[in-house]
Amino acid sequence: MCKLTAIEEAVAKIPDGASLMIGGFMGVGSPHRLIDELIRQGRRDLTVIANDTARPGVDIGKLIRAGAVKRLVASHIGLNPETQKQMIDGAIEVELVPQGTLAERIRVGGNGLGGVLTATGVGTTVAEGKQTVEIGGRTFLLEMPLRADFALISAWRADYYGNLSYELTARNFNPVMALAADTVMAEAGEIVPVGLIPPDQVETVSVVVDYLVARSN
Amino acid sequence: MDEKTIIAKRIAQELRNGNLVNLGIGLPTLVAKYLPAGIQVFFQSENGVIGMQPLPEPGAASDALTDAGGSPTSIIPGAAAFDSVTSFCLIRGGHLDVTVLGGLQVDEAGQLANWMVPGKMVPGMGGAMDLVSGAKRVIVGMTHTAKGAPKILKKCTLPLTSIRRVDLVVTELAVIRPTAEGLVLQEVADGVSVSDVIAATEARLIVPPSVPTMQLAA
Repeated sequence: MCKLTAIEEAVAKIPDGASLMIGGFMGVGSPHRLIDELIRQGRRDLTVIANDTARPGVDIGKLIRAGAVKRLVASHIGLNPETQKQMIDGAIEVELVPQGTLAERIRVGGNGLGGVLTATGVGTTVAEGKQTVEIGGRTFLLEMPLRADFALISAWRADYYGNLSYELTARNFNPVMALAADTVMAEAGEIVPVGLIPPDQVETVSVVVDYLVARSN
Repeated sequence: MDEKTIIAKRIAQELRNGNLVNLGIGLPTLVAKYLPAGIQVFFQSENGVIGMQPLPEPGAASDALTDAGGSPTSIIPGAAAFDSVTSFCLIRGGHLDVTVLGGLQVDEAGQLANWMVPGKMVPGMGGAMDLVSGAKRVIVGMTHTAKGAPKILKKCTLPLTSIRRVDLVVTELAVIRPTAEGLVLQEVADGVSVSDVIAATEARLIVPPSVPTMQLAA
């Protein structure tokens, strides 16, 4: 079944106030066109779950600049002073999560598991209000699963079914986010006929992808 | 030799053949430039690659290959790319031999604060908390003082990165080894006396009868 969708039509399914996981690491491997279309359609009050907010006016940084984000869950905003300013001004609510914990929370969210036990953050401000569990004499924090209404991910190559493969460090959070949202929109640099991606090279399986858009027109 | 070069060169001596190493952004990335001859290590970047090396020449950059700061990088033959989940399995799962991180403060318990200054700088911890909690060996590379104020304190006043005791602290003045008993002054830099280091340090230092001088390649 072909998942190829016009980008206007795909993004129109995202309502104001939706929660979005957005792939990418400092803009590398981000769904550039989906982000641009969210801004063009003027979406507001979004919750964004992403590793970072890139740089000012770049990729997720465009959503920040546009004032489209109400709440942010991220591991690092240090290279985007606009995000920090909005956080300090109270315009955006930010939950900072250690990067490995963020990846695992998304992973368990997409895997039907109840949480993560990690030593990361024990005894720090990250542990405030969280349950700890002793196992084998070590203390772990219980971190809760993360899911979103939509995942907007970026792939190197897709087939028309939505099987995806990735490239180098543009992979990052994309494969794990593709499993952790109710609706998954994938933007691919190249879309090829079904059968051209060898089965061993499929990293995200087409069954989790709902809409496929091309990165260029 | 400027202070960053001293720190990077001294830390480079800590790396062993075959180590998997993660260098934090900023000062720690300089360590890669000063690897001793004959030592081959594999550099991991938490955005999903093992086998990172500096760009070989201008124009060879790829949009899909960057370091953890988002700057273009390149990779050696035999490199591997992977997603963020795998990257942090390597970091937290005891597969990473050494992490080198910058620091804002280290205290007598060997605990590190390096991710935020409340009210002033809230960049987020990125991978730092996972790296300090999970790496086999944690080396902190930082200037000894900030605007004259000591950064090696009795107790960190900034929020901690981890409660784990770091393994080594290297500054432009000294090499300090945190232990269960406290901070041991292991080496002083060329031209620096033990009393110079003590004067620039708020924390109590355990000073052995003989403190050797840091030996650095020219």
